[in-house]
Amino acid sequence: MIYLETPKKHRALVDQVHQVAMNMLRPVSRKYDLAEHEYPKELDMLAAMADGLDQSGASEGAGATGVRRSADDDTSNKNGSNMASALSVLEMCWGDTGLTLAMPRQGLGNSAIASVATDAQLEKFKGTWASMAITEPSFGSDSSAITTTAKKDGDAYVLNGEKIFVTSGERSDSIVVWATLDKSLGKAAIKSFVVTKDMPGVKVERLEHKLGIRASDTAVITFTDVRVPAENLLGNPEINVQEGFAGAMATFDNTRPLVAAMAVGCARASLDLTRDLLAQAGVEIDYDKAATLQHAAAAKFLQLEADWEAAHLLTLQAAWMADNKKPNSLEASMSKAKAGRVGSDVTLSCVELCAGIGYSEAELLEKWARDSKILDIFEGTQQIQQLIVARRVLGLSSSELK
Amino acid sequence: MSQNTVSRAGGKYGLSSKEKRDPMGIAILALNKLGQSPLLDKLKMRKQAEEIIFQSTRGGFKVAAAASRTFSRKGKKGAPGTTVPKAQAKGLFDLTPTEDEQMLVDVVSEFAAEAVRPVAAEANEAAATPQDVLAATLEIGLPILGVSAELGGIAEERSAVAGTLVHEALSKGDMGIAVAALAPGAVATALSLWGTDEQQKTYLPEFTEAANVPAAALALTEPAVLFDVFQPSTTAVRQGDKLVLNGVKSFVPRGAEAELFIIGASLEGKNVLVLVEASTDGIRIEADPAMGLKAASLTKVHLRDVTVDADAILGATDGSTYTEAVRYSRLAWCALALGTGQAVLDYVVPYVKTREAFGEPIAHRQAVAFMVANIAIELQAMRLVTYKAASRIARGVDASREVALARKICADKGMQIGLDGVQLLGGHGFTKEHPVERWYRDLRAIGILEGGVLV
Repeated sequence: MIYLETPKKHRALVDQVHQVAMNMLRPVSRKYDLAEHEYPKELDMLAAMADGLDQSGASEGAGATGVRRSADDDTSNKNGSNMASALSVLEMCWGDTGLTLAMPRQGLGNSAIASVATDAQLEKFKGTWASMAITEPSFGSDSSAITTTAKKDGDAYVLNGEKIFVTSGERSDSIVVWATLDKSLGKAAIKSFVVTKDMPGVKVERLEHKLGIRASDTAVITFTDVRVPAENLLGNPEINVQEGFAGAMATFDNTRPLVAAMAVGCARASLDLTRDLLAQAGVEIDYDKAATLQHAAAAKFLQLEADWEAAHLLTLQAAWMADNKKPNSLEASMSKAKAGRVGSDVTLSCVELCAGIGYSEAELLEKWARDSKILDIFEGTQQIQQLIVARRVLGLSSSELK
Repeated sequence: MSQNTVSRAGGKYGLSSKEKRDPMGIAILALNKLGQSPLLDKLKMRKQAEEIIFQSTRGGFKVAAAASRTFSRKGKKGAPGTTVPKAQAKGLFDLTPTEDEQMLVDVVSEFAAEAVRPVAAEANEAAATPQDVLAATLEIGLPILGVSAELGGIAEERSAVAGTLVHEALSKGDMGIAVAALAPGAVATALSLWGTDEQQKTYLPEFTEAANVPAAALALTEPAVLFDVFQPSTTAVRQGDKLVLNGVKSFVPRGAEAELFIIGASLEGKNVLVLVEASTDGIRIEADPAMGLKAASLTKVHLRDVTVDADAILGATDGSTYTEAVRYSRLAWCALALGTGQAVLDYVVPYVKTREAFGEPIAHRQAVAFMVANIAIELQAMRLVTYKAASRIARGVDASREVALARKICADKGMQIGLDGVQLLGGHGFTKEHPVERWYRDLRAIGILEGGVLV
């Protein structure tokens, strides 16, 4: 039966996370936007709380506890950890996107470990704060162009290369590094490794100064003859040319809806405040009256809210499909594409609607308009998502539609 | 007022009031009028088919309403009618329709593909939906989708979701035909939602027998710039135990054959719906051809001192029923946009994969492929926002916000899909060799038309 509301069972979680976002993130939001690269110590307490929630099982994967797909014959409708993760990330980013990304032990690397690690690896890396290192100076979207190498040497792999745009690269204590076992074998030879910061040869070179999400550190990390134990390789160590890149890319089906949820959360912060500021300025949104008959600002707001609603529902759809073990690559990319561009349109338009108040540092609208931009870039840009959707809808291969 | 209607250019033929017509212009206009004269037809200077088009679209026929049946009064006066219960949800996010809904969608989808799409171009030209197609929609039970099983219909509970899915499925065949076929159902659903015992027992039995279903229409739109459906200029005035209606309603589906209207009007400062039988004195029907939706045979309904019993008011007199009707109708238009949007997507995909330019299919170019991707993304976006609103209506939860958002996104993105659909076919899209130009015209109706359909 079609029902597209926040699931009843998750409403308590959403309320709880909303309170955290309101009372812990918002008060320090501007502080860490201005003090880029300063460690947000307020998050330690919050992270401890999140750990507690994870262990109690109460959160059902509220953070980066992973989006594992286990075998299950039950075909009844489920709202599980993917839905819970999307909803809680959304609320957290309503509070602050940068701080959400900076949450200890809630990194993308943690998501990767939680999603693909063996039980032994899960136990070994328990409690780690793992960042994710994919991008290199010579490529961005084209993950198959990886040049960082991993050479088998006895019971270890030796890693060499340079990674950029590593979120929480400085603060994390481990890094999930994508490297190739043999460049000549193409995508199938790309594997991910859990590299801990204490391994000799790992060096954080510098931190980026950014447009937004300044509370989150973005690092350049070099790997020089880093010996990584063989058991730190995530997934299958064999090079299966048949399977190709699919294994590594499958993570994206689970993480893209989460980034979409971030954009939806960030955009809702702008919408909520703008609605309020417009009302104070004498412009109320009337849902029955046609947009063309209302104040131009109200009409614009209706368009933004309609697009926001769509992005929100596309995101929940992708998470719901993952929870119900339906293949969701198409819907995950749709959600990311829509939410990414809606995030930008909403936050930038809200700045415009609120004019001097919107552009001023006195409010957070201008900050959200800067924070939202990255959400249409990382985990696959707008254009990459469109490419994925187009290939699926048109039934074209990557060699036909480049 | 005093201006000569010929030399005053403004307000006609898309000219602004600033335009002045010179003598040569008037001569050309006169020639044009002659070209449209029914005289040519009497002289058999046109082919038969053209004559039909002419009379139903261009001739601007003005007739008395359909010579119609008498609806004999039954049921208890003033007693509340039978309503269906609200849908109950488990509280879990779910995108899977119920089994019943899915069966209905399968039947209507097949009908849309097999019976509607093949005649859509012809229906557009004839400005009418073929009678056998309409008869078949009655067999499927479309008009009684929202009518309680107790009253001879098929609804076990509030059927807004089923209605939405059916509007979408049928519109994938053709939006104009969908409007023609679903218009009587809008009236039947309204009667079952808000009718008194007498209203339901008087009218609904006529809808539940497939052989006997009257054409009927919910008339809410008026011909006005910046039209506000909540400020209708059509009025209802109380005179003793009678109501007297005056005004003009536009874009009324199949008005010329309709036997029953629900007219939106202002009564003592509040908006109401009034049941008006087509046989009532003072009703005049005029063809109201528009950019699209030709197959719906749109009409204007002129009401001049139309007098009905005061208990012909359908639902509440405080404006609440009227507001609900507007919302449910807007959502039905959203559902129609989904079907036509899907038709566009399904049509352009094989086209761009086979059409070649510069030595390869144009689908291999990102500029083309990304347009198709965006059609797919926005169509699914429209669908989810529409379904959410439908589900809320079915559960009896306030859906004013969700309907407004669905209407906004379906109007904006629906039109974009129509626009891109034509663009992807290039010059071919501009011709009637392909249906995309029709879908383009139909999709412009979303966000503009009020009434006509309802879920």
